[in-house]
Amino acid sequence: MTTVSLSNMQQRIRASQIPPVYAILVVVFVGAIIIDAIFGRGQMLSGPILTNMVVRSVALGIVAVGQTYVMIGASIDLSVAFMISVTAVLASFVMQGDPNKVLIAVVIVFLVGILIGLVNGLIITKLKVNPFIATLGVGLLLKGFLNASFTNFVGAVPASFQTLGYGEIGPIPVSILMLLGVALIGGFILQRTRYGAHLYGVGGSEEVARLSGLRTDRVLIMAHIICAITAVISGLFIVSRLRSGAPWVGPDGLYDLESIAAVVVGGTALSGGKGGVAGTIAGVLIFAILDTMFNQIGMDAFLKQFLRGAIIILAVASYTYRYKGEVA
Amino acid sequence: MTTAEQPILEVRGITKRFPGVVALNNVSAQFMPGEVHAVVGENGAGKSTLMKVMVGAYRPDGGEIIFRGEKVAFAHPKEAQEAGISIIYQEFNLLPDRTVAQNVFFGREPSRYGLVNQRELNQKTVEVLRELGAENMFQPTAPLHTLSVAEQQIVEIAKAIAFDSKVLIMDEPTAALSMTEVQLLTDLIDKLLERNLAIVFISHRFREVFDLSQKISVLKDGQYIGTLKTAETDANEVIEMMVGRPLDSYFPGLATPEEIGAVKVSVRNGSNDFLKNINLDLCAGEIVGVSGLQGSGRTELAQALFGVEPFHEGTVAINGKALQVNSPTIAIRNKMGFVTEDRKAEGIFPNQPIRDNILLTVRTLQALVKRISRDGVTGQPNLVSDLSHQVDVRASSSDQEVQYLSGGNQQKVVLAKWLASTAEIFIFDEPTRGIDVEAKAAIHEMIRELARRGAAILMISSELPEIIGMSDRIIVMWDGTIYGELPSGATESEIMKLATGHSNGNANGSNSE
Repeated sequence: MTTVSLSNMQQRIRASQIPPVYAILVVVFVGAIIIDAIFGRGQMLSGPILTNMVVRSVALGIVAVGQTYVMIGASIDLSVAFMISVTAVLASFVMQGDPNKVLIAVVIVFLVGILIGLVNGLIITKLKVNPFIATLGVGLLLKGFLNASFTNFVGAVPASFQTLGYGEIGPIPVSILMLLGVALIGGFILQRTRYGAHLYGVGGSEEVARLSGLRTDRVLIMAHIICAITAVISGLFIVSRLRSGAPWVGPDGLYDLESIAAVVVGGTALSGGKGGVAGTIAGVLIFAILDTMFNQIGMDAFLKQFLRGAIIILAVASYTYRYKGEVA
Repeated sequence: MTTAEQPILEVRGITKRFPGVVALNNVSAQFMPGEVHAVVGENGAGKSTLMKVMVGAYRPDGGEIIFRGEKVAFAHPKEAQEAGISIIYQEFNLLPDRTVAQNVFFGREPSRYGLVNQRELNQKTVEVLRELGAENMFQPTAPLHTLSVAEQQIVEIAKAIAFDSKVLIMDEPTAALSMTEVQLLTDLIDKLLERNLAIVFISHRFREVFDLSQKISVLKDGQYIGTLKTAETDANEVIEMMVGRPLDSYFPGLATPEEIGAVKVSVRNGSNDFLKNINLDLCAGEIVGVSGLQGSGRTELAQALFGVEPFHEGTVAINGKALQVNSPTIAIRNKMGFVTEDRKAEGIFPNQPIRDNILLTVRTLQALVKRISRDGVTGQPNLVSDLSHQVDVRASSSDQEVQYLSGGNQQKVVLAKWLASTAEIFIFDEPTRGIDVEAKAAIHEMIRELARRGAAILMISSELPEIIGMSDRIIVMWDGTIYGELPSGATESEIMKLATGHSNGNANGSNSE
């Protein structure tokens, strides 16, 4: 069916300007195996550890896909962590352990998520508020709502719903398939649809997009809605793992800043217009590998964070350096 | 059916008012298919406004637009484009991180159910490029930023004609192109004329206007002055129509031998990644013009002298004192000033008032904790008004933000900034790019005046008349080095021979970029 030859593929890879995040991913992975072999137990490559590594990055991975959308559109979403909390709390509150209420709860959290994404997008495009401030504000609104309404774990999800977090299809956890699904759909929309092309355009230059007759506002609002939807999926996954939602699950997981970091490490520019889902997933995996390695060698928690920070800076600095080299 | 005698596009009595200004006053013009029609005039004459009215970016206050025999009123450039009138703006409207094909069909990708048909996208792009004779120059899948400026210009044109345009409006299409690249555009325009397009062409560069167009229409202060057949006129007549005065006063006189003083800057065997073996002396009181094609190292030479991309090898001496100019700070301390090519990005702070822009360098030189005075510096409390007066900035007050000034006035502010620093060595990179004729003359006069007061001046320009008219000495760059030097009074062809590396200069290095 396909007529894509190898050289054509290579050309495409070059044409799509795949960021060096993959090189970093490989280096980090190999480095982690070596370090673990020397200082740890040398189990990095074992099946359970690898599986666990990916499962632990599902929540971040899914929301990072959405964050990729808004960042390609030269926007940003700082409210995702609280959207995750809202989803987790609302879902378990509505379900109250009753399997018959799963569907209605899921519908509600998606509607709420879409509404929040819409509000984010409207504030940014219609009120012309800087996206950083707009989504920070919306995040604080959600935080206020959560703290006023809930103080602890509320309700519970039924056992059937926990399949999402713990179930397996054959040897593969459902959650990994879910991440894979979100990433594939997310990547497909960006690379293959008109919407994706328009989003890259709006992020690359709103002026160009406007002069080409695009309704740039709609494109960006849609990106924020997509981002909110991924936050909801992420929240549903988290609550299925925890069995019950609490207001702090989102902010405690640092899903706002970590998703942004993963996207940037994945090669999507903060200024928008380029990047993609594949890079973001690679960025998420880099974090997961580091965390797993640190755990395997029993590293101090503070040192762990310090090294994470350093690696984020190094990775992004290396792109800028490379880019400069290309220009000169 | 449009016959050759019938204009495809016609404007009748167009009037457009902005608050306080009549930008266009009763302007009429006819544009024929298969013809390049140049529209010239000073900045502010109303050329761009007229173009914007024609494509519906502005709504006229009076008059009518006739397209293909029917009265039209477009609400948005997109509507005009769909009807068959495309416009290419001065600044590229392209996405650097997307492919050629994605750019050409941006906003109207061939698709089904929202899915882009990649193969059709690329195929259609190749077809459009083939019509321009450019199908072998680059791949439709190449990322745009890997293309040269001229190639990007082709993509821009491809984007326009992919709409099956009948009229193509180009606002200064050659402003960013070097001379060889302009030739490419010329060939391309011939191809477009074969398709019987009407091309409307705005330019400040007379050479291209005369090379490309069949007709020239002149606007002045929003008024339509007249339309000439290019074959029956010359630059003098057109300039006279534009400014209402003859060409003679265009350039100030050259320096007399007595005015040329001691060597202020001396470079020996200067080299870096872009430049090799630069030997150059700049004397007080003289203007040295630097000519060369784009990519020949002209701007790099200026950047090396000013410490932006310093020389790695060789020696630099200022006023006889050898020193390493490794940063602009060192250059400024040694009384150098750099009026950059890219005024918006490197010359001004657009959203700061005139006052702060003028005082920028002189404040930089002050001690960090010195008290800042409003209109000057300690000892010179009225520096801003003095300098504004000296360079004749036309603004309501020095509180006005620089972004609201015309290009010419912005350039005067940049000049005032360097005068404030009491610089004695000036580097001008394209000092009059995008500036109207009258302001150009004023800037030329100011540059000469600086030289008369004993400043050493290096002036880079891609406009040969400017080089010839202003320079006491002309150096021509090619392939990263000074390929030859000519005395004042050199002809355009002498300069071009050196600039293209064809002369018998010191024929070193034949690898071009």
